[in-house]
Amino acid sequence: MDLFYPIQIFVDWLVYSIFSLKQGTILGEAINFFIYDSIKIFILLVVIIFAVSYIRTYLAPERVKKILSNKFEIFGNMIAATIGIFTPFCSCSAVPLFIGFVESGVSLGTTFSYLISAPLINEVAAALLLGLFGWKIALLYIASGWIISVVAGFIMGKMHLEKYVEDYVYKIKVKNNFRLEKKTQKERAKDAYEEVKSIIKKVFPYVLVGIAIGAFIHGYAPENLLTNIAGKGNWFAVPIAVLIGIPLYSNAAGVVPIVSSLIEKGLPLGTALAFMMAVVALSLPEMIILRKVLKLRLLLIYVAIVTAGIIFTGYLFNWIL
Amino acid sequence: MKIKILGTGCPNCLVLEANTRKAVDDMKIKASIEKVTDIAKIMEYGVISTPALVVNEKVVSYGRVLSPEEIKKLLR
Repeated sequence: MDLFYPIQIFVDWLVYSIFSLKQGTILGEAINFFIYDSIKIFILLVVIIFAVSYIRTYLAPERVKKILSNKFEIFGNMIAATIGIFTPFCSCSAVPLFIGFVESGVSLGTTFSYLISAPLINEVAAALLLGLFGWKIALLYIASGWIISVVAGFIMGKMHLEKYVEDYVYKIKVKNNFRLEKKTQKERAKDAYEEVKSIIKKVFPYVLVGIAIGAFIHGYAPENLLTNIAGKGNWFAVPIAVLIGIPLYSNAAGVVPIVSSLIEKGLPLGTALAFMMAVVALSLPEMIILRKVLKLRLLLIYVAIVTAGIIFTGYLFNWIL
Repeated sequence: MKIKILGTGCPNCLVLEANTRKAVDDMKIKASIEKVTDIAKIMEYGVISTPALVVNEKVVSYGRVLSPEEIKKLLR
């Protein structure tokens, strides 16, 4: 039973009776699609952001660094990638976070698993995938993002790259006089509610634009538009999609709805997922900020490993799905 | 009252600073507001998620952009 069925009835009534658009016409379908998707995505975003933000109140980086310090290699990577699912990545926090982790004995590989997973597995993208593709694809996105974070962090840990961290990082002393605030359930819920408000305010305009463009493509673009150019037969499609995705950071929320309608027009799912991951995982502003703590060589290794992981995932899904 | 805003100068930190100024103005209290952008100084407070708000050398909030209303409650 589709939980969103009542919304579809409401939107059908609104579009066909109130706006008196004809059912079956391209315009009617496109507007129906736009309103239905917007309402559905809005509800999913509110629910998922609230849940994730609530869990997040238990996972302040100040506490996470304690959880992750001196953890045995692969387990450290796995825990870090899991915690990363629930934490957003504000590139402005990256520098103090990185220093704080390294300072309190979190290994470099574990730190990277966290740094990769936090932006790569992002609750807004997950909510959009859930709304537009269903739970299987949403889960696949989370699982493959998790594996990329674990493996990439593990490999980087094995490479012993400590000498490529900027030297001053090791000189900074973090005072440990800091006490985590104790919060009541009510305060946590209130914090989560504030998060929902601020994230929705930030991303929803992009989502609406994305859905509008998606609705337009859905209604007007010819079927099989992309089958020939970016279909499974074209081996360069995945790497090219990833390279296009890297600089597109700020529009992550708008990208998923557009990509979802491109899939209808023949874009393979693996290529689409790789593109989307590149959009959320790697961005220019983030790299510029990370350059403050990482020497260029380490930064490039980081970008190369994550890019390779995403491209591999793209090929894998094109192959199995 | 001495208020400090810890942050490396990202948009979030600027919003927190603006909200803090608004809260102080609204409450008509005497307070000095200082921005701390030096990473070594920020870490001295033990904070690793920015922006953070420090009132009279005590960390009262970290990792969140507070609204003017929330700041008023903390300053009371």
